[in-house]
Amino acid sequence: MEDYILLGHGNGGKLTAELIETCFLPCFKDPVLNTLQDQALLEIENHRIAFTTDSFVVDPLFFPGGDIGKLAVCGTVNDLAVGGAVPRFLSVGFIIEENFPLEDLKKIARSFSRAADTAQVRIVTADTKVVEKGACDKLFINTSGIGTINEGIDFGSHKVAEGDAIILSGDIGDHGIAILSSRKGIAFETSVTSDCAPLNLLVHEMLPYAASIHAMRDPTRGGLGTILNEIVQQSGFGITVYEDALPLKEEVRGICELLGLDPLYLANEGKLIACVHPDGAKELLSAMKKNPLGKDACIIGHVTKEPPKKVVMETRVGGSRFIDMLVAEDLPRIC
Amino acid sequence: MKYLDEFRKKEPFQAILSKIKSLPLTEISLMEVCGTHTVSISKSGLRSLLPPGIRLISGPGCPVCVTSLEDVDRVIMLAEEGRKNKRYIIATFGDIMRVPGSHSSLLKEKAKGSDIHILYSPADALTLARENPEKEVVFFAVGFETTSPTFAATILQAQREGLSNFSIISNNKLIPPAMEVLLEDKETTIDGFLCPGHVSAIIGTAPYQRIVDRYQKGCVVSGFEPLDLILSTYWLMLQKRDTAPRVEIEYSRVVHPEGNAKALALLNQVYDIADASWRGFGVIPKSGLVLKDAFSAYDGTKKFDLPTPEVATPHGCRCGQVLKGMITPKECPLFATRCTPTNPVGACMVSSEGTCAAYYKYEQ
Repeated sequence: MEDYILLGHGNGGKLTAELIETCFLPCFKDPVLNTLQDQALLEIENHRIAFTTDSFVVDPLFFPGGDIGKLAVCGTVNDLAVGGAVPRFLSVGFIIEENFPLEDLKKIARSFSRAADTAQVRIVTADTKVVEKGACDKLFINTSGIGTINEGIDFGSHKVAEGDAIILSGDIGDHGIAILSSRKGIAFETSVTSDCAPLNLLVHEMLPYAASIHAMRDPTRGGLGTILNEIVQQSGFGITVYEDALPLKEEVRGICELLGLDPLYLANEGKLIACVHPDGAKELLSAMKKNPLGKDACIIGHVTKEPPKKVVMETRVGGSRFIDMLVAEDLPRIC
Repeated sequence: MKYLDEFRKKEPFQAILSKIKSLPLTEISLMEVCGTHTVSISKSGLRSLLPPGIRLISGPGCPVCVTSLEDVDRVIMLAEEGRKNKRYIIATFGDIMRVPGSHSSLLKEKAKGSDIHILYSPADALTLARENPEKEVVFFAVGFETTSPTFAATILQAQREGLSNFSIISNNKLIPPAMEVLLEDKETTIDGFLCPGHVSAIIGTAPYQRIVDRYQKGCVVSGFEPLDLILSTYWLMLQKRDTAPRVEIEYSRVVHPEGNAKALALLNQVYDIADASWRGFGVIPKSGLVLKDAFSAYDGTKKFDLPTPEVATPHGCRCGQVLKGMITPKECPLFATRCTPTNPVGACMVSSEGTCAAYYKYEQ
């Protein structure tokens, strides 16, 4: 373990996992937190509640396809949605650097509100702090969210089973590329926009098939490669992914080739993956395709018994290799 | 991308694979000396498909990995100094950031507050220099023949603009001398080389002809897609079967025998050839590129009083033998135990093109 925090400790990959395990979990010691899901599933007097929190430090604040306001709503809504919860209430905290343009703040607040309307969640409590110049970079936002979980819904890595189909809701890497394209220093022109969207609208279509769904996650920071590794670590099974089956925009693929990026580790903000009983996969897939957020949904792999706790890719030419968690810092402050 | 896809298709790949399997030759050791080849072999799962006797071994193809510990330490110390005097901006490519020096890394120095920028192109360093006239922008230039011309072009541009606050610390190296050192080494077994595609696009094939003539080893300049690599492997096997070593260009869509005249002229204009220190190899005569005296103003090693670091080689690290293809990463006792991508001991585990990193990520 490093003596000081590096940017990589925030990339959602191996260093983040190491930090959580060695610094936070031993102090907080809570069985719900220890499950390391995207949301805490709680039971309060027979009511099942999902609760989550997320902070947003994206740079730049405005990017193709969204801004920090929309992202702050979608990020938290999505963490609730992939737990099978119906997102209901949001809190929001703004940390603003002095001299930040009010016009930009208003723009972000309006975008935040629009996204909340779309996601059908209410913003019920908020906080504002201003810090001196240099104490934060322009604007950071924290949101927390509460959702309710209907009876009979129980998603989690503990339910993943051999043979499960892995369904991905659409193209990967759009958010990562959109942010990269607007970054100072490496800006380039592309038509790729962030996929930032509230996934509860898609999950709503999926819930009638909840009995077949074993686990659901959203591959944000750290990308698809990292989230698949989290699933195998937590479930003890393996996963085989087919390189041929991975949905990827031609432009994203080209930019990745040029810049030496691996789309498996690029961030997404409007995609989910589901581990689904093979008998229910087809039905669920056609339900997902009816929603614009799931129109490109497809099966990208399967849960296997061997090798345990490993993600394997069957390559296009017929070889096989492992997919590891994100290690190096690919790109900081993407969300 | 559609064009590249042709080189990633299963059918032609499998066709050549079955030709390989039907050859009477069952034992061959081929070395790739390009980090991009190393990654492509691991990532495509090529090794998993070849018969066990067909060994693809990785050589000193990752420029970050072959940079000597002392050279890394020196730039780390310059970054430390820059943190104190607030005058230096260190610029470099991403991969070198995490390479452990004897006591720190550039990434750690950045976390402590040194002004270090990861750039995609040396030309961006000129922008930094223009925007920060009161500071010295120093590019830690690491790379082989592929990247060196871009540094040369950047220096000429700086000269044209009269930018006096830009310099490079050249760790640019030449690949063919290292290939010859490997063939001179009695402990290595190399039957032929998968020669680097992009390096060869610059230097052409003359240096490989020398290897064929002097050492009777086959040289095939290969592209980077799975089909390129399996075809080059097949060609080298045919050469060995027929005892007919020669230079062949599989990557003919990019590489010409005479190389890139413009880039070679740039190299000649700006650089002199000098001895250079390689991790794992020690000093290899005439294997490095240093700036000619006429460009001293842009030579960081002359501009700054660079310290002599006390080098502490990590105990047990066998990067040197990995770089020479004498052992595979899995034979190093530190591999995936004490040395992992999150806590790397040696450079080969850090760089995205490092042999150990590729094995850890894709083949562990």
